[in-house]
Amino acid sequence: MSATRVVVVDDHAMFRRGVIAELAASGPGVVDVVGEAADVDEAVAVVGAQKPDVVLLDVHLPGGGGAEVMRRAGQGDVRYLALSVSDAAEDVIGTIRGGARGYVTKTITGNELVDAIKRVSEGDAVFSPRLAGFVLDAFAGSIEVAAVDEDLDRLTEREREVMRLIARGYSYKEVAKELFISIKTVETHMSAVLRKLQLSSRHELTRWASDRRLL
Amino acid sequence: MTASPPLIDVRRAYRDLSEQVVGGVAAGLARHLGLPVLWVRVGFVLAAVFGGAGIAFYAALWVMLPAGPPAVDLAPGLESASRSGLRPGRKRGLSDVGPVVALGALGIGAVLVAQVVFGQGWWLWPLALGIVGVGLLWRQADEAQRERWLDASGRVDLARVVLGDGGWASYARIAAGLFLIFGSVLLFSLRGGSLSLARDVTIAALLGVVGIAIVVGPWIYRLTEELADERAERVRTQERADVAAHLHDSVLQTLALIQKHPDQAARLARSQERDLRSWLYAGETADESTVASVLRATAAEVEDAYGITVDVVAVGDCQLVESLRPVVAAAREATTNAAKHAGVARVDIYAEVTGDAVDVFVRDRGVGFDPDQTPEDRLGVRRSIVDRMQRHGGKAEIRSAPGEGTEVRLHLDRERQEKEA
Repeated sequence: MSATRVVVVDDHAMFRRGVIAELAASGPGVVDVVGEAADVDEAVAVVGAQKPDVVLLDVHLPGGGGAEVMRRAGQGDVRYLALSVSDAAEDVIGTIRGGARGYVTKTITGNELVDAIKRVSEGDAVFSPRLAGFVLDAFAGSIEVAAVDEDLDRLTEREREVMRLIARGYSYKEVAKELFISIKTVETHMSAVLRKLQLSSRHELTRWASDRRLL
Repeated sequence: MTASPPLIDVRRAYRDLSEQVVGGVAAGLARHLGLPVLWVRVGFVLAAVFGGAGIAFYAALWVMLPAGPPAVDLAPGLESASRSGLRPGRKRGLSDVGPVVALGALGIGAVLVAQVVFGQGWWLWPLALGIVGVGLLWRQADEAQRERWLDASGRVDLARVVLGDGGWASYARIAAGLFLIFGSVLLFSLRGGSLSLARDVTIAALLGVVGIAIVVGPWIYRLTEELADERAERVRTQERADVAAHLHDSVLQTLALIQKHPDQAARLARSQERDLRSWLYAGETADESTVASVLRATAAEVEDAYGITVDVVAVGDCQLVESLRPVVAAAREATTNAAKHAGVARVDIYAEVTGDAVDVFVRDRGVGFDPDQTPEDRLGVRRSIVDRMQRHGGKAEIRSAPGEGTEVRLHLDRERQEKEA
């Protein structure tokens, strides 16, 4: 299997260098950094020119943030993994709703990052415990039944269980073992949750986004 | 439950500029009164058609209600990121033109109906034009105000108050507004049918306006100057104070400590990172009055004491009442145990507070142990965690096996506990 082509987008040059060095050390032959960018314009240009498999995208970026890059560069075959030092729920959820397939914090170790990049490039979702917590928060409580898409606006009991385990720090493998299901099934549940997160018109999610003027 | 004194939260009405069609008055009023916005809009239109009271009421509210919605308090790091354009901004499109067109058609219809009803309603057209003109100018004032909010950096001068940050939309609104008002004055004065009389009336009206401007102008000018100075000074002072206080207090101290204890650099950096992160981005409560904030504080202490990473994810939150203290204390014991014995650099705490219960999970991927083989003298687990939870009507379960890590699950029912307390 050929190496996953990655573009690193972050406005801190030092952090970009660190990530690139770490990826080179942790995933030689697995991950290949083909470009980097420091703001939205550069990022759109690099993504257009290189057509990478995965873009590591900072949430806060000069020119309108990571969400703006995804809006302008489009999804196509490119997949986005959000990387941020900010744990603000509205930023994380806003970026996921903008099209990112996962969210990890900048303190993630090199090996975990390589793992997350591979998952995203294969089309899976990457949920850190914190993101799982946000999801449970956002889908918590009762909702007005009128005028909402039932399927999109609530998690199934199984999806909720999976999210709870992820929030408790379980890996995919451990989740599968705990619930007596296959890893593939866990991944299916995660993708379903990601889809709901992106498409749901749920009051809490839209309110988050519109209150913070994200959409 | 020991009730804290209720906060007096006065709901203040505002004009809802996020859902505005004309001035956001109807949307704001509907939100304030808890009515569907459509009812309020229909009410205004009806009151406007029958006698015009709706227009007067609308105009009065437009002038008096503050523009909103009120700014959301963000953590300083996020506010700064918004100011410098690192976060996505609000997009405005042409999608909201539809209601305005509908309203325009409705207005013309209303004037025609009124003309039929009142017979010789020659004065209705100039009046309608004048109202639309004033509306356009007020709308421009709103837009300029919004732009000043979004960009609080520059000075506030008269041109900025009127034009905002410029752009064809501002000029078009002002030009159209003035044109309509001027046109309405002209129409009004043309009723006599004599062109020279119309000219005289218009010139007299213009002279009146110019005269008032000359008299009041200097005051307005000075007022905006002072406002601008004061505002700039306040912003500078606040920013300096915030940043200085925080940098001095925490970052410099940590740097000093790292110089003294280079071997502790990672631990100190972690604790400083946690501190800065919560200050800049999280906006989480840190006053140790809620379950989640106490768990975060506990995690921070364990991190500092044992040099490991403890991540807390909390879903929901509630006041830390006396009856909930056992679960927090047990969680603390479990975290400390994991830090001491598990031999790994990372512990995850997950807390879920629902209406019925508080659940806390403390998990590590360390060496683990066999819970059935715990010697009686290892009192930590048995007494501090399991017995304590049972005494207070809760449950504790410890799942572990050698080599597979440990997870402590704590469960405490909430409602019964709080009623008894």
